[in-house]
Amino acid sequence: MAQIVLDRLAARFTGDEILESGSAHGDEWARIRRDAWIPVAMFLRDDPSTKMEMFIDLTCVDRFGQEPRFDVVLHIYSVSLKHRVRLYCGAPEDDAWVDTLVSVWAGTNWFEREAYDLYGVRFKGHPDLRRILMYPEFVGHPLRKDYPKEKRQPLVRRQAGAPD
Amino acid sequence: MGFEFHTSSLKAAVNWARKFSLFQYPFVTACCGMEFMSVAAPKYDIARFGAEFPRFSPRQADLLIIVGTITERQGPALRRIYEQMCEPKWVVAFGVCASTGGFYQNYSTMPGADQVVPVDVYIPGCPPRPEQVLDGLILLQERIQRGEGHSQIAIEAEKGYDVPLVAIRPLGSAPSKEKP
Repeated sequence: MAQIVLDRLAARFTGDEILESGSAHGDEWARIRRDAWIPVAMFLRDDPSTKMEMFIDLTCVDRFGQEPRFDVVLHIYSVSLKHRVRLYCGAPEDDAWVDTLVSVWAGTNWFEREAYDLYGVRFKGHPDLRRILMYPEFVGHPLRKDYPKEKRQPLVRRQAGAPD
Repeated sequence: MGFEFHTSSLKAAVNWARKFSLFQYPFVTACCGMEFMSVAAPKYDIARFGAEFPRFSPRQADLLIIVGTITERQGPALRRIYEQMCEPKWVVAFGVCASTGGFYQNYSTMPGADQVVPVDVYIPGCPPRPEQVLDGLILLQERIQRGEGHSQIAIEAEKGYDVPLVAIRPLGSAPSKEKP
């Protein structure tokens, strides 16, 4: 459906910035080297043959036990040309950061906060990287595979024997 | 003085009045809200039980209906709402999520609203049918009549009586300075 996007990427970025790419179930995807994350996004948004104006989704995958451990996943779509593409950017566990895309698509702001909140991947240059779903007192990142599945961090509890 | 005799029979009358004039505060957080609307709407008509007025301020309410999933993050807000309500007050957990956390067994969901506020009646179901809710309300009314609500027991333990002082003041005497 969107082979044109992958072709344009391969033609424009020849210095190994596109680590991998492929096509599955009618969707195209590409794995981007971390230092080319913003240039690739800018190019796809502005190039007249790709015109990815619309940011759809940004999330994260914890591939626990693999390297790099985290994959930031970006879905973008072209409203005028009707094609979409999925981009990955890996981040290793001990240095888990990715450049922020807020300057490219403003809508990524809260999605990056969500990915930071739940996975602990930092977005370099983000204007306001705070937790968005969990409370500020929460310790850790609950969607990481090594976060205990049922561990709770209560803010309040009734005291035993206290009059209610 | 016969004081004890009068208060105990008055208590029954006051509790009878209480159970048919519940002012509810619906704390609606999730899909159970749809079923709550059905209970409140004319077909099932919670008004038949004297509980037709949803008050949108906890300060005007004496029945907190917790409708839906409570997250750990909501805990302080729920506790505060409960503390703001007039005494005596009652709490109904509407649906399995408010009762136990339901099928959410994870980092964010509170395993039952009773972790934070004392619950008088638990209504199971995902969501409960309106008949179940009305059944729960009748259970609560019986509990109120017997004076067994959590806050009724707490007030009685603290002050020695569960009926407002104004109600037991003899006619013509000065109103008590003590907070009822």
